[in-house]
Parts: sequence; C-alpha cells; structure tokens
Amino acid sequence: MNRDELKQAVLDSLAAVAPEMNAAELRQDEPLREQLDLDSFDFLQALVELDRKLSVSIPESDYGRLTTLEACVDYLAGRLGEQVH
Amino acid sequence: MDVRILAKPRSGWRVPPNMPDYEAARASFSWEAAERALAGLPGGRGLNMAHEAVERHCLEGRGDHPALLWRGRRGERKVFTYAELSASTSRFAHVLAGLGVQPGERVFSLMGRIPELYLTALGTLKHRAVFCPLFSAFGPEPVRARLELGEGRVLVTTSALYRKKVASLRDSLPHLRHVLLVDEGGEPGTEALHDLLARAPDTYEIGPTSPEDMALLHFTSGTTGMPKGAIHVHRAVLVHYVTGRLALDLHPEDVFWCTADPGWVMGTSYGILSPLTHGVRSVVDEADFDAERWYRLLEEERVTVWYTAPTAVRMLMKAGDELPRRFDLSALRFIASVGEPLNPEAVLWAQRVLGLPIHDTWWQTETGGIMVSNYATLAIKPGSMGRPLPGVEAAIVRRQPGGGVRVLEAPGLEGELALRSGWPSMFRGYLYDEERYHKCFAGGWYLSGDLAWKDEDGYFWFVGRSDDVIKSMGHLIGPFEVESVLLEHPAVAEAAVIGRPDFLIGEVVKAFVSLKDGYAPDEALRRELLALARTRLGAVVAPKELEFQSSLPRTRSGKILRRLLKARELGLSEGDVSTLETPT
Repeated sequence: MNRDELKQAVLDSLAAVAPEMNAAELRQDEPLREQLDLDSFDFLQALVELDRKLSVSIPESDYGRLTTLEACVDYLAGRLGEQVH
Repeated sequence: MDVRILAKPRSGWRVPPNMPDYEAARASFSWEAAERALAGLPGGRGLNMAHEAVERHCLEGRGDHPALLWRGRRGERKVFTYAELSASTSRFAHVLAGLGVQPGERVFSLMGRIPELYLTALGTLKHRAVFCPLFSAFGPEPVRARLELGEGRVLVTTSALYRKKVASLRDSLPHLRHVLLVDEGGEPGTEALHDLLARAPDTYEIGPTSPEDMALLHFTSGTTGMPKGAIHVHRAVLVHYVTGRLALDLHPEDVFWCTADPGWVMGTSYGILSPLTHGVRSVVDEADFDAERWYRLLEEERVTVWYTAPTAVRMLMKAGDELPRRFDLSALRFIASVGEPLNPEAVLWAQRVLGLPIHDTWWQTETGGIMVSNYATLAIKPGSMGRPLPGVEAAIVRRQPGGGVRVLEAPGLEGELALRSGWPSMFRGYLYDEERYHKCFAGGWYLSGDLAWKDEDGYFWFVGRSDDVIKSMGHLIGPFEVESVLLEHPAVAEAAVIGRPDFLIGEVVKAFVSLKDGYAPDEALRRELLALARTRLGAVVAPKELEFQSSLPRTRSGKILRRLLKARELGLSEGDVSTLETPT
C-alpha cells in the first residue's frame, strides 16, 4: 500500500465519524482533532475504523503519535513495514 | 451487597489532612464560621470572587507565588504569578469599563484553555459583570441559543472560532455589542483584545459587591426546551473555598490540576476559582486528552492534587498499566473525579496502578460546587459518590402528589437525591425562567433529578437520571436541543435522541429518525444527517449514532417515548406500553 492509499484510508476513517469533513481543506501538518472538531470519543472511533480497514493493530499507547494527517500516514507506513513511495 | 471497602490510614500522611475526622467536622461545621476564612473586600465593601481568588493573595504578600502553570498545545509553558494575574485581570476590568459594560451584564467566552480565558473570567468578576463560559467545541447553534438567552453583551473569542461559529449570527444577536478577539484577527465588527489591554491601567479597585450579586451564568440542559442558564452569585466562592479545603484537601503548597474545560461548571468552579482561593499553583493544559501527555504533565509539574473525570480515567485504563510506570508520579497525593459515577473497577485500578484510590464526587451545575464526596480520611466504598459535605444535608426523597416530598429515611430505598435548600453556592435562578426554577424545589429541598439510594453507613449511590437528559463525557445534553436540529432537515419526519450506555463515556448520544414519504433510509442520508448535526451542534452535543425507524413510538397524547427507545436499545422489557399509539 503506498502513501496515497494510506492517506485515503485515513480520510475514509475520519469521514466515518465526521461526515461533514471537506478533505480538500484539510491541512496535512495541522492537528486533526482541532481541524475536524473531534472529541476524544470521535478520535477513538476513527482509529478503531482505521484498524478495521487496514487490519493493522494500533496500540493505544501510540494514539498520541497520530496527531496530523501526515503523522498518521508516516506511522501507518512504518507500522505496515512496507516499502512506500 | 458485597462491597470492597478501601480503608484509610489513621496516620502517616504526607501532609496532615484538612479534615482528620469527617463525623467531627460534620457535627461542628457552620457556614458562618467557615465564611471567616474569606477575606472580603477591603473596607467592608462586600464579597467578590475575583478578590478572593487573586487580590487577597497579593495583599497578603503572596503575589510572587505562581498561580497558573499553563501548558500549550505545542509544548509551550508559561507561569503566571498572582501579581501578574492581578495586573492582567485589572486591565481586562478596565477594558470592560471602557466599553461601557455595566455590572450584572454578561460577558461570554468562547475559546480553548488559553491564558486569555482566565483573564476574561477573573477580569469580568472584578468588574462585577457576569462571566458566562461557552465550550469551544460547541457548534453555532448552541452558541447562538446561549448568547441570545443570556443576552451576551461582550464575547471574547478567537478569530477562527468567530469566523466559524459566530460571524454569521451577528445580525440575530442585538445584545452583542462587542466581540473581542484574542489574536490579531481584524474581522469586521470585532476589536483586538490585546490592543485594548495594552492601553488599560494595571490596577483596578473592585466596586462594592453584594454576596448576592450575580457572578456566573452556566448553561445546562433539561429534557424539554432549550438550555437553562443557572445563575450563581459571588457568595458561591465560599463553597469553592470550603470544598477545596475539605473535599480536595488543598494546602497552600499544592500543585492542583483540574482537567476540565471551563466551558462547563467543573472547569470554572475547580479549574479557576477553588484552587486560586487557596493560593495554590493551578495547572492548565490547553491540549486535548492524550494518555502519555497527561502522565508526563503530572510528572513534570509535580502535580499533588488531581481532579479529573471518569471518561478520562477509563481512557487511561485503556492505555494500559505499563504506561504510567514510565513516569514519576510520586508527587501525587490525592485524586478525585466528577462527571458521572465512577465505576468501582476504576477506583481499584487507580489504587493498584497509581498507588492511590480515586475519590468520586457528586455535584451539578445547579449546586455550584461539590455536595457529596469521598474524603481523604474517610473509607471509600468504590462505586459510591460518598457522603454529604459538612454543611450540606442530603436525602433520598420521593415527590408527592400535590407538590411535597417524602424523605425516605430507611437505607436502601431508591428515590431522588435532594439537598436541603440554602447552601451558599445554590443557584439563584434560571435566567428568565422563574417557573423552571421553582419546579426544582419542594418542601424546602432542591430536587436534583438524579436517582440514588443511601446505605446504612450514610454513603450515597447513583442509580440514574429521573428524566431523559443524557450524560456523556460528564456533560449534560438535552435531547430536545439535538432533536430540533435534526428536524430541520427536509427528509426528517420525527426524531428522538437518547443516551446509549457506554463503558467509556457514560452515554453515547444516539438519534432515532423516521423519514418523510419519498426519502429512503440509506447510508448517504445517515451521513448527511450526522454531518448536519455536527456542523450545527458541534462534536460535544451532536449524536454519534443515528438509526432509521419507520416510525417512533408515541404516547396517546403524541409525546415521543424516548424511554421506550432506550429500553429497546438495552434489550430490556418495554414495561407498560398500554399508552402507546399503535402504528397504522
């Protein structure tokens, strides 16, 4: 899975909890929760969704690293341990 | 009932507890005597919350002591001493005076936990105007409803929040004369707060303040109708002080962290006022919950007394037992919680993993401060909200036909939790809604709307709400406010909103919707409705789940039966359905 596909998976997971989201307006390096008005529960739900979509287990202690869209893609790329381009 | 009791040691305390013996304290307590611990305005000019929280410490030679330890989202750290807080809140009070704001008029805040929020709160109180905090996570609809009902004269906010949630509402808010932006902003119709502050003097003499003058306006939700603005007066500071001392065991050298946002009453009573009346260092974290960040903050700031909420505790539990072991939490001495009942497992988890139990407390927007609590020196029965604060009389009652109540003296009987009216921080009204205020009282008791029972040792146990109000992440959400927004959508015929019990956050806001003819209940529409609700209401109020039904159950008089929807959701017996309208 390349970075674009990972990014799309993150966006799809976010859209499941924040369907009003406009993906085009999302800034890559700004905190997601602030931009999308996600509370703690929304954020957890989005990560659970991501977990389900990618079959990648994300330990709760890593949640703090998934702050921005960019950080999510970086983290997932590392986690999936695949060559990404 | 098998209850594991956590006994408390009789000696060996790191700091001698403020209340060594609960029973003795209860027997000898009087509010008159307790009030002598407050300073009062110089020259007998009355009682003002801001004087008790800030000025008195400067007058008593503690101006150099840190007051706020602020941690920014991006790792910034700023310390504000009591003297600095005095100067900046004086400037803010002068700004209000310069804008022509009169005592008693409402000043609203809509921002995250940034230093300006604290200046706004305390500067407003100094000027004897009324501080009304709004959650920055509210959507435009809750913001509009509260500004309108509260007749907000001034709003202090950020450019981003203003653009997103307020700018389009300005024409519908005739009372709102001034919007002060805490950043450079430059939005039309707004003023830059820091320009005004820079021109204002840094000393301000607080005018005569009656203890009964309105100080705070906190909005809360009921089953029906729009939000209610609970009025609190300056005298409430006595309860902020006393509960800080007896329930939270605050000592002058403590570092205290209340994790709540001042957008709800806990974050104002305990995130601003109570710790400052004790002259302690109060930690403010701008960032949202993150388990690792929180443990690190406890370590770095050497937090001694920590007041948090069940949702946060359960999220910490989810993050695992290994994480806290990586941090030095040895400064921590006392942990308390409020918001919804703390499950026994959470109390015991903290004892096992953090080495300290969590002390649950019970109170509401209307009570202004902690009313029932677990205490440093009193044995904890995990799952119980504890025992009434000295000076507070609590009872289990049943409402009687004709308006009275019957007190249920025998232990174990379920009824409504009631407080003998007249404690100093009792709300003095719902703004412009005398009728709803009077409905809260009967036979000299305040009726909380919470169902509970009392055990043979005088501990109170929460059972549930007596109405349809939803408790989610410690916030009360009124179903009507949510349903109103869903009904605005052209496809929606009926909407009913309930709280679906959830281990993590207490209750999840869940909407049931039936559609008008010609609309199909598909995923696209489900998302569209959720999006509408989130956009209008904001994340803290909007439903997290939405389910379509062909029709919603109603009574013969046409009222939607939320309780039945909830019973079905839980797989419970539906009870007496004889008053149900049969679908045609």
